[in-house]
Amino acid sequence: MNTEYIGIVFMYLATIALAIPLGKYIAKVFKGEKTWLGFMAPLEKLIFKFSGIDPNREMNWKQHLKALLTVNLLWLFYAFFCLLFQGHLPLNPDNNPNQTPDLAFNTALSFVTNTNLQDYSGESGATYYTQLFVFMFLHFVSAATGIAAMMVVFKAMKDKITDKLGNFWDFLVKSITRLLLPISFVIAVILAFNGTPTSYKGKDTVITLQGDTVHVSRGPAAAMIAIKQAGTNGGGWFGVNSAHPFENPNYLTNIVENISIILISISLVFALGYYLNKKKLAWVIFGVMTVGFLIMIFPSVSAEVNGNPAIAHLGISQPGGSMEGKEVRFGPAASAYWGITTTVTSNGSVNAMHDSMMPVSGMAQMFDMMINAFYGGVGVGYLNFYIFMIIAVFISGLMVGRTPEFMGRKIEAREMKIASLIALLHPFLILVGTAIATYVLVHFPNAGWATKPSAWLNNPGFHGFSEMLYQYTSSSANNGSGYGGLTANNIFWNVSTGLVIFLGRFLPIIGPVAIAGILANKKFVPESAGTLKTDTATFGIMIFAVIIIVAALSFFPALTLGPIAEHFSIK
Amino acid sequence: MKTYLLPSVKITIILLVILSGLYPLVIAGIGKFTPGHGDGETIEYKGRVVGYANEGQKFTKDKYFWSRPSAANYQADAGVGSNKGPSNADYLKDVKARIDTFLKHNPDVKREEIPAELVTASGSGLDPDLSPAGAKVQVPRVAKVRDIPAAQVYKLIDDNTEQPLLGLFGPPKVNVLKLNVALEELKK
Repeated sequence: MNTEYIGIVFMYLATIALAIPLGKYIAKVFKGEKTWLGFMAPLEKLIFKFSGIDPNREMNWKQHLKALLTVNLLWLFYAFFCLLFQGHLPLNPDNNPNQTPDLAFNTALSFVTNTNLQDYSGESGATYYTQLFVFMFLHFVSAATGIAAMMVVFKAMKDKITDKLGNFWDFLVKSITRLLLPISFVIAVILAFNGTPTSYKGKDTVITLQGDTVHVSRGPAAAMIAIKQAGTNGGGWFGVNSAHPFENPNYLTNIVENISIILISISLVFALGYYLNKKKLAWVIFGVMTVGFLIMIFPSVSAEVNGNPAIAHLGISQPGGSMEGKEVRFGPAASAYWGITTTVTSNGSVNAMHDSMMPVSGMAQMFDMMINAFYGGVGVGYLNFYIFMIIAVFISGLMVGRTPEFMGRKIEAREMKIASLIALLHPFLILVGTAIATYVLVHFPNAGWATKPSAWLNNPGFHGFSEMLYQYTSSSANNGSGYGGLTANNIFWNVSTGLVIFLGRFLPIIGPVAIAGILANKKFVPESAGTLKTDTATFGIMIFAVIIIVAALSFFPALTLGPIAEHFSIK
Repeated sequence: MKTYLLPSVKITIILLVILSGLYPLVIAGIGKFTPGHGDGETIEYKGRVVGYANEGQKFTKDKYFWSRPSAANYQADAGVGSNKGPSNADYLKDVKARIDTFLKHNPDVKREEIPAELVTASGSGLDPDLSPAGAKVQVPRVAKVRDIPAAQVYKLIDDNTEQPLLGLFGPPKVNVLKLNVALEELKK
């Protein structure tokens, strides 16, 4: 058991050790300074030349959003039609069928938005074409979209009045060529040498030692799994994601994959410090996020390592903790650690089935996604945190009785309205979604759909409620992990979570970019003795309090009906 | 909108070529130099491929070490976990039934010696491994059926135990397929 604890401590420390220099590197890239990946410049030139784009033409925040939304809309249609006709497209050695329209709708939205809720299984519900040319493509560009939006906010936070906020295409392409692609390449090679398939061959048929016939799904998975982690996407090649022994073959690959889940998200916080030359502010943000992260880690690891009391009552031993839904090669500690890292970031890949974890873990995972800003998804995690900072500045300003200022700009009614709406959107989507699903389940259990509502849930009682709550939480947070027991591939769930995913992605991007753009145009007020300092521990505590109060007040009642009630019901 | 549409289309095309076309091809090329040549590493017994090293398979006969219960029945093109919640009464009944079955086939084992992994389903439904304890608890049965000394079987488990990474990180484990192949080879 000790080696399991050492394993997770090592993973966290290694992540931080890598994130600080990586953050410095990212800041350099976006400042346009020389880096050792300068040899990518000709490739970038080629991309811009082919696309007819001048990467030096500066855009204001509205132009940024127009470019972002246009290209994302295009990807959405492209993905939808590919999935609808994937059975007829090339690279389909296993002859998998087309996706149904509602499934294609959900899947396309899910991947464009960096969510990767997967209502299909990769082995039977996708082809090599859609895996590579839709899912993996979107893994890269959706992560790059998040980073590009964040860069607009970074630029706007610089201390000069400006509406020139860089070029969207430049941010998008450089996020890929200088960050996502090189990191993915390294991860993919490590995975390949540890047993993850890379070839384009279809299924193999094997007669086992005991004499059973099995079909073994394969494919060029290593390339995709790498960016699935690094881009906080989470949508895996195989249905069971990184619990699959091809997708995550051993403890080494588990370390590499788990580090890459949170690496870029954390390094972007340090990048902010280097980019704006405000390292203290970066450390305050990092500190708040880390405290939130650690508060979630301890109860979850301890619950999984101690095992399921209901199993203990059956008289057997649980030396390996709660093992339902877990793999022996990872054990309970690394599974719980992964479960938290994948939900604090908007990654959503899993190396164990969350549906079978203890209620304490389920609650921690859901709470992570309800806050969605402790590290958060690449780029968008910081955008969510930015909203909380704006609110914290405003509330602090009211408390001390002066006009709230953030980074030298006055925060006024318009910005606060946007920030409040974005902060309230997340609980609204999650709670209303869950409420509607619960209502339908109770009042129309036998509605004549392909899957009757009474057959949605895999578990009764409180845990069944958690399955629905988790699904909407994961959708709105653009996380993409799920309680796998929920029968989600049907029209109700495909459509309702699809809509939640869409709103939960683009409004929280538009909001912060708009606020930052508006603030950047305001008169710069130099810091004076009366300025509220934002790079202090006091302000860090203030942000933390705002986050906890907003999230706790919104979500505590729902969590009580699900994991909290289940926890107290297990004897 | 129109100003952005044409660049959007073009940049999508060229990024598709680079990211979805070239990148996985390069990885596939590098994959050729890995132990399984990118197709997945296989294991042979008597000149016949009997499975993939990383993918678990079903062992239910008493002469083999059993692998863990699987919600996918070890179908390697449809891996799945049970997704049963820890408080689910029907699920706990299933676990109880598995314990009873195990005790029937392993009469020398006491109930409290059974590690939970042997009566709970894995996450992937394709878990290739057992903990050393999960293998050792099956030794009396395997040794009796095969009529070989238990000490020899224990040694086989020790020989096939993969220690934590660098001796530091993660749990130790035993690959069930490799262990059973070694067991078959022992008989000769």
